[in-house]
Parts: sequence; structure tokens; C-alpha cells
Amino acid sequence: MSGVRTEEIMIAAIARMLSGLSHVAVGSASPIPGSAALLARKLSGGSLRVSLLGRISNPTFTDGARELFDCAAQGRIDAFFLGGAQIDGQANINLVSIGDPDRPKARFPGSFGSAYLYFLVPRVILFRQEHSPRSLVPKVDYISAPGVSEPNVYRPGGPYALVTGRCVFDFDKKNRRFALKSLHPDETLEDIERETGFEFDCPQGKATPGTEVPDTEWLELIRGPIGDEIREIYPDFAAKMFDAT
Amino acid sequence: MTDILKSADEIAASIPDGILLALPPEYAPCAMEAVRALVRRNAKDLRLLGVPQFGFQADLLIGAGCVTEVETAAVTLGELGLAPRFTDAVKLQKIAMRDTTCPAIHAALQASEKGLPFMPLRGLIGSDIVARRDDWQIADNPFGDNDPIVYLPAIRPDATLFHAAKADIYGNIWIGVRRELMVMAHASAAAYVTVEEIVETDLLADPQTAPGTIPGLYITALAKARKGAWPLGVPDLYERDQEHLKHYAEKARSVEGFDAYIEQWVRHGSQHA
Repeated sequence: MSGVRTEEIMIAAIARMLSGLSHVAVGSASPIPGSAALLARKLSGGSLRVSLLGRISNPTFTDGARELFDCAAQGRIDAFFLGGAQIDGQANINLVSIGDPDRPKARFPGSFGSAYLYFLVPRVILFRQEHSPRSLVPKVDYISAPGVSEPNVYRPGGPYALVTGRCVFDFDKKNRRFALKSLHPDETLEDIERETGFEFDCPQGKATPGTEVPDTEWLELIRGPIGDEIREIYPDFAAKMFDAT
Repeated sequence: MTDILKSADEIAASIPDGILLALPPEYAPCAMEAVRALVRRNAKDLRLLGVPQFGFQADLLIGAGCVTEVETAAVTLGELGLAPRFTDAVKLQKIAMRDTTCPAIHAALQASEKGLPFMPLRGLIGSDIVARRDDWQIADNPFGDNDPIVYLPAIRPDATLFHAAKADIYGNIWIGVRRELMVMAHASAAAYVTVEEIVETDLLADPQTAPGTIPGLYITALAKARKGAWPLGVPDLYERDQEHLKHYAEKARSVEGFDAYIEQWVRHGSQHA
């Protein structure tokens, strides 16, 4: 096995968070969570149901694009994944623009289903490979979907964790803040403090453990059958990850 | 009766300027030949609704100056990155952008299907999407206690335009599992469709095809367009032409490159067949 890639560490970290669930859905532009969900399904012996948006073969929904959302509203989806051009310390995510939204400095595709699924899916795992003061900010420029809500707002769902290219954070719902859970290989607490634009808790201090690196068996799955399956939706991702010599 | 027209260009000629036009996402077949025909006929002032998001077809229409307003949950070229003409148009304020979220579009179209004035939707509260939409309201759940919920006005597109594998001579359209196309046809005042083939057997008469078929009742006009979704795909018939889409994504980074693309691939009809 050649060296472990950051993406593979993220895939394994997310897959561990899906253990014991019954139905996980994966949205647009989510090759890392998609691979993680497929890995978790493999490890579950097939008991985990995975719905991949954008997949053409073997569809899991038959009532059109709305079914994912209706399914989530009924509590039939246990986990979902959201990224963000910006993510802030209260787990607000921005998928729209940088600067004034009417005259943006940068414009991204848009909010997709985030403003709905973030409220309704119990375990929303945030992911962003770029871990820098540019992506993890004190306050997002545009709230596609808020991390927390007032007590009277119907919200069975919300943020569960944030997985980046450097570390894993848990989201502490009570304190409305992220708490550092584990550091990827070669990262230090000082690195994370320097590269994170928002304040976070560090309950384990210097004793913060390392993120578990996928072992040979998991890497063979990720690079073999999982890679083949994810290629249908993300050919470029699969080529970059698995075809490099 | 559904009009059976001769070509995608005749379909494009039937779609008036200035209308609200609902278009499908790239995972449902897109009527790309008809979209190119809209560019060829210099369509103007279209307001596009992405159901619930779209990519290449919207970028093409925006770049060609056919569009004044876009309402959608996202515009993206997927793994090929940002939709460059859309991104530029928003930054330069050439189009009005109404950001929304996928289920809000589905719900507002369902309201229209049912002839209702609005549909309530969970989620959303606290998002800047709501803060920036003066046509939406946060109201109380009339059956609840201190339970705020968003009310969305029904969306009734003037027309929808999409592609499908098959139609019959009675105007019925087989869409298989892509049922968002069914909702779009139900909710829109008119539906224009291009298809790979037109068969003589009634698609509603066969129990295998009937459940995945939009009755001709909803279809204003259709035309045969072989490889009409190219360079996007049609499930089970042909795949996306990823190399061509990569070529587009590169060319469309600049206005000059985009114009050259239009000149080569759109202006003089299609050369891919």
C-alpha cells in the first residue's frame, strides 16, 4: 500500500461516524462523503442503506428529486453531509458568495438543499478539505444554512462534526461551538489554532489524540470496490485518487 | 392535442421571449439541442427556474444573453467546477439572482400542481435565503403553538423544456424514474419536449411504461431530436460527453472563448450527430 492520502483519512473518519445507522444520503459535490458512506455500507455487511444523489444505475429513489427531501422530513435519513466555501464557529455554512451578495467578490454554485436538510437530518457531518483561515472563518459572509436555531424553530437535525484535511471537530450543541476531537498525522494543536479562523474548544488539550489512519484492509476497500463505485458519479475524483502512479 | 413539430428549432420558435422557463437538472435529460436553438433564435429576457438546480444549459443561455433572471438552488458544472458565464453574470450584475433551496422549488411547484396559492416548508428559518426573499413569509403554523414555518408562493412556470428517451404519436412522454419531469409538466402552463424517438404504440396502454409516462394532456408540443441531450446524457442511451464539457468549461472562462464556442457549436446547428 502506498502512502495514505488526506482524502482517505477523511473518508475513514467519516465512515466511523456512520457506524450503526440505517440510512445515509449523499448530496451533490460530495465525493469524500460518498466514498465514506459506501465504505460504511461495506463494513456494515450491507445493512446500511446509502442513497447517492446523481447516481443513475440502481436508483434508491423513484419519486423524483423531491423524494430525498420528503424522506428527510419524515426522519427516514439518519445522516447527511454538507460542505461550505466558508464554515464558521457556530457551524453556519456559506455556499453562495464572498462579500456583499449583490456585488460578490466570489460567487459559488448556491445553497442546494442545505437550508432544509441541515434542520431535518439528525446527524449532519460537515466536511471541508481546505482547513485555513480562508475557509474556516469567524463569521460567514452569507448564511446558506444556520448551525443553530432559536428554541421554537422545528429542528430535529443539525451539525454533528466537522472533518477537515487537518483534524476532526465535534459540534457541541449545548455550547454552540466546535470541540477539537482528533488531529490528523503531522498536525499539532498549534497548527490547528493558526489555521482555524474561528475559536473552538479543546477539551483534551495536549492529550488530543491522533485521527485513526485507515489500515491496509480499509485502504484496499477504498481504492478497490469503493473507488469503482464512486467513479460513476465522480470520474475526475476517482482518476485523481486512484489512477495516479 | 399535442403538436408534433419537425425539429428542436421549431420547438424553440414556439417558446416566447420573456417567459418563466423551468429547466431540469443534469441528472434528468436536458433538451440541449432545443436550448442551442433558443440561442440561435436570439431568445430574450428569459427568466430561468432550475428544478432544483442546473448547469451547462443555464450557463449557455446566460452567456448568450438570453436571460435576465435566474431562480435556482445552484448553478454548477459538477466536477468541472463553477459555471463561468453564470458566475460572471452575477458578479457583473447582468442577471438578477434569486437564491433558493432545492425543496423550496419542489414544494412551490407542488403547490402549483394542486392549484394552491402557497406551500409551507420546514427548515430555512435563519438562512439568508429567507432574509433576502421578500416574496416569502414566515408565519405561524395555524395548528401549532409558537411554531414558525416558511410559506412559499406557488411557482407556475409559463413553460418547461426537457428531453426524454421516447414519446408516442399521441403526445405521451416516457420519463421512467425521472419524476421531477412529471411535476414540471404538471405545474407549468405549457410543456415542450424533445425526444430520441417517436413510437406509434400507445405508451399508456402498456403497464410496463404507463407509470413512467407523462400523459399527452400536459404536453404542448414535442419534436424528435436524435442525441438531443448532447453533450449531456440520457440514462441507458448515451453518457455525458465529458471531454466536450471540459472543452466548454475551458472556453467559457472568457467572453471571447465563449463566443468562439457558440460560433463553432451552436450558431450553425449541431455537428455531433
